[in-house]
Amino acid sequence: MRLQHGGQIDRGQKISFRFDGQYYKGHPGDTLASALLANDVRLMGRSFKYHRPRGVLAAGSEEPNALVELRTGGRQEPNTRATMVELFDGLQAMPQNAWPSLRFDALAINDRLSNFLTAGFYYKTFMWPAVFWEKLYEPIIRRAAGLGSITTRPDPDSYDKGYLHCDLLVIGAGPAGLMAALTAGRAGARVILADEDFRMGGRLNADRQTIADMAGADWAAQAVAELAQMPHVRLMPRCTVFGAFDHGIYGAVERVSDHLATPPEGKPRQTLWRIYSKRALVCAGAIERPIAFANNDRPGIMLAGALRAYANRWAVSPAQDVAIFTNNDTGHRSAADLMALGVHVAAVIDTRPDAPPLAGTEVLAGAQVTDSAGRLGLRAVTVRLGNGQSRKLSVGALGVSGGWNPNLGLTCHQRGRPLWDEGIAAFIPGATLAPGMAVAGAAMGQFSTHAALATGAEGARAALADLGHNTPAPDLPRAEDAPTRITPFWHVAGTKRAWLDFQNDVTIKDVKLAHQEGFEAVEHLKRYTTLGMATDQGKTANLGGLAVMAELTGQSIAQTGTTMFRPPYTPVALGALAGRSSGRDFRPTRLTPSHHWAREQSAVFVEAGLWLRAQYFPRAGESHWRESVDREVLATRASVGVCDVTTLGKVDVQGRDAAEFLNRIYCNGMAKLAVGRVRYGLMLREDGIVFDDGTAARLAEDHFVVTTTTANAVPVFRHMEFARQCLWPDLDVQLISTTEAWAQFALAGPKSRAVLERLVDGGFDLSNAGFPFMACAEVSICNGCRARLFRISFSGELAYELAVPARYGDALIRKIMEVGADYDITPYGTEALGVMRIEKGHAAGGELNGTTTARNLGLGRMVSTAKDSIGAVLSRREGLAAPDGLELVGLRPVNPQSQIPAGAHLLAQGAALVAANDLGHVTASCYSPNLGSYIALGFVKNGAARMGETLRAASPLTGVDLEVQITSPHFYDPEGERLRA
Amino acid sequence: MHDLAPLTALGTKAPQQEKIGLVTLAEAPDWALASVTARLGQEAACAAALAQTLGAGAPGVARYHGGPVLGAFWIAPHSWMVQAPYSAKPDLAAHLRGQLGPCASVTEQSSAWARCDVTGPAPLVAEMFARLCNLDMPQLPSGHARRTVIDHLGCYLLRGDGGAVSVYGPRSGAQSLWHALELAARSIV
Repeated sequence: MRLQHGGQIDRGQKISFRFDGQYYKGHPGDTLASALLANDVRLMGRSFKYHRPRGVLAAGSEEPNALVELRTGGRQEPNTRATMVELFDGLQAMPQNAWPSLRFDALAINDRLSNFLTAGFYYKTFMWPAVFWEKLYEPIIRRAAGLGSITTRPDPDSYDKGYLHCDLLVIGAGPAGLMAALTAGRAGARVILADEDFRMGGRLNADRQTIADMAGADWAAQAVAELAQMPHVRLMPRCTVFGAFDHGIYGAVERVSDHLATPPEGKPRQTLWRIYSKRALVCAGAIERPIAFANNDRPGIMLAGALRAYANRWAVSPAQDVAIFTNNDTGHRSAADLMALGVHVAAVIDTRPDAPPLAGTEVLAGAQVTDSAGRLGLRAVTVRLGNGQSRKLSVGALGVSGGWNPNLGLTCHQRGRPLWDEGIAAFIPGATLAPGMAVAGAAMGQFSTHAALATGAEGARAALADLGHNTPAPDLPRAEDAPTRITPFWHVAGTKRAWLDFQNDVTIKDVKLAHQEGFEAVEHLKRYTTLGMATDQGKTANLGGLAVMAELTGQSIAQTGTTMFRPPYTPVALGALAGRSSGRDFRPTRLTPSHHWAREQSAVFVEAGLWLRAQYFPRAGESHWRESVDREVLATRASVGVCDVTTLGKVDVQGRDAAEFLNRIYCNGMAKLAVGRVRYGLMLREDGIVFDDGTAARLAEDHFVVTTTTANAVPVFRHMEFARQCLWPDLDVQLISTTEAWAQFALAGPKSRAVLERLVDGGFDLSNAGFPFMACAEVSICNGCRARLFRISFSGELAYELAVPARYGDALIRKIMEVGADYDITPYGTEALGVMRIEKGHAAGGELNGTTTARNLGLGRMVSTAKDSIGAVLSRREGLAAPDGLELVGLRPVNPQSQIPAGAHLLAQGAALVAANDLGHVTASCYSPNLGSYIALGFVKNGAARMGETLRAASPLTGVDLEVQITSPHFYDPEGERLRA
Repeated sequence: MHDLAPLTALGTKAPQQEKIGLVTLAEAPDWALASVTARLGQEAACAAALAQTLGAGAPGVARYHGGPVLGAFWIAPHSWMVQAPYSAKPDLAAHLRGQLGPCASVTEQSSAWARCDVTGPAPLVAEMFARLCNLDMPQLPSGHARRTVIDHLGCYLLRGDGGAVSVYGPRSGAQSLWHALELAARSIV
């Protein structure tokens, strides 16, 4: 019900929302939980395991019960805590884990079967037969014990990522955090103040106590207003700092648009921030803990502090008649606040025999709540009085306070170990905090408002002093400074089913069973019972479970210890972790210089790493990619073709020792390469395996251009840079990548020279004698454009590679097509490139696969013995030089029209298809339009000696099994006459 | 003038420009670039020669010098990227080779990088780049130059006066870079 007065809500405006199919009204400033309570909705969900009716327990992010599926369609989000959902007009939410309805849930039968569904039930029950695990058991278990459902539609929202830097990160904007931010902000420090709530102030918004003679909430608003005026202070409400990482880095999620029906155009839903702080002050407050008693999970049974928060901040009470069950003074504070707002408090049930009196209600000292009643919501509680008599109280809500736990999560993310504090009966942060981290306020066990303000200010001063700034002590505003008075009381003895972990349905009985079965260590207890393993990470549950285990083992809680807190503090949407990197923006796309032209030609593109390369250029009438590729291959071999090869890596190598450097990098000789010449080069890894191949062109005595494969452009450059800086710093070598700087086109085919002659400016001798195979030169083309020309061939044809500054790449391809038109010049893509290199027997990715040696590739003689180079020694290892080692061969199907699957394994004819009979495998396969047959490359043991043999090529993956004949890998122009023409 | 017309990195003849709120993104293709790296043992001579060429000291670590024609920024120990308006120095590398002599290795980089100039109120531009790269923009002084990663792309970032920032990103990834800048600019409107 909504109280008549008070609350930080805008009563002047009404907003409409829907829960479980029913429409309700709320006010701006409400959360979904407060608005539901205002509409007398106490039943908000069903529990995870037993499907028991559940209502809201807390008022903050620690909420274990009131989990809903928020929004619909692609925006549907399960396990959303109703306490953290800011109400907006049109909000839609559905309860979870209930079928067919929230009020009548068929799976509530589980509650009747609770004697069977104890801790370890699954492990003990669903053991056999194994075939049932996936098909039967798992679906049943998932159906029965789910936590909401996810949408299968794509998320329509975008997410962002960013980086922030500050002197002091203040985590939590309660009294300690606000005072810390004010202290540091006034001193001119760069401060970030982050709070998970949409309204800063923390408990000041939930309590009626005053600061500096004004309402705490008003003081908080005033402080926030002052901070907002400071340009070096960044206020981040709706921002949860979820993890403390290395080097003062904190992860935070800012819920930019979650309080709106949909994000504004161009705005992200959430932003993941990586905050680089010089110092951080954790002012994360404390979390109230419940007391376990029989049936303590009914809707209407809440934390006393939450009851108080709903009344003070949202002017809401779950019922007109309430009671408080407490073991400490803050329960009395809750009762007093409720009474001040007109709520009838039937009694304060205080476990302490010496409980203080409270004006306006009866205090039942030394009493305990032993049971509750009410099917879908609390109707009454049974109280055992101090004198042993029993009394029943008819109440619709019960506020429970078992004390307060400092919010330790962030303080433990860097393996901080909490310490037990007898004075407050709770763990407090230990001394082993993350470097640069300090704690203030309730998070360090200082529970009075004055202490929060004082420790916040002092924490900020200490942090700034650490950074070399002397900050004057502020005048602290006057605030309450009541001592913490608590007598530990964890659970009512003798109860059968008393809940410790509400979200995972863990009861005292489960902890007892864990103890009985030997799972006494806290981490074992956690995993055996699932205590604290739900989405709330047991924020309200863990200590209760530990206390019960401590009792059972006869140890103290300090000796029992606590489980480890790990990030994230609260659940983080995967979308936020991805940021902008999703869908098409998952990674950047690299476009070749001829991309726009190729798109005009209706090219089909293929991803090659980040690059988009033209795969083939379909023409009208071609209905299958093979038609296009065959045409491109035939046209290139018949006349001339052009292909964008910009993606190959290019490394500029200069320096007095450039030749010596390359001589050590490549396994074959480079030192004596003449200026104006190009050489094919093979690079080995340190272990002797082939790393990459490419060319080295010597433009001057002290200047080379090295090319790499597309895939290895970066690894090769990194490898070379490592060698330059770390292996041979004494060599005068300078390296820089120029892959992006030059647009490079391969012109291949017998007419390539004729086309080139129309591009290269006069005076340059392109004849075979003047510019022979493997020549290179810096030339001028198209009336003065500087260019580089290499006579190299991947296709096996007379071929050149022509490079111009990348900005002219688009113009050059158009010019090439123009001047080559009467030779029917044909653009070709990576498919035709692949076909021609297989026809020619050139190794590429399939063969240079990180497992092969130069010897495997038939290039063993390239590993020079006349010099040392990276990998040369280890390439001569005995194991790599075995006589039956794999050797590159060509393969032709006995039936030319039978396709040889890449990856097929090669076996002797008639040999069984088992690994022991494996002779090798197929690395690359294509249809050769020149040979009118499918062909392939592959590795075969002792392949060179098997020429002409017929083998079995079997591919269990595709089901293909055929006969192939071993041939030379050089299917086409084996003597190389065409490329030297 | 030769027959080949340049295309900007974003694939158009004229550079693109977009105003998003108070922030303007402008493709700036008309810059020539060349890297200059000292030869081994020639570090001092190279720095001196570069200083003479620039008319100012060779920029120190993470520094940028913008001259009337020639500017330069530090990219690695004893290594700089020199820039000039393309129309003024279309073959900047050759020009620098002539100026610096054998003390340096000079490499043509003009078409390797796509440049985007971002302008707007300094706090807004800082907010925008907070979503793009791990640099503490409000703390970077004018004349600061840094290598950073934006949208997975290795970039150089030059801090100008006020809210002026120039980003050099790899030319092939220019569209992705521009898209990332656009998204970030929109998210702070």
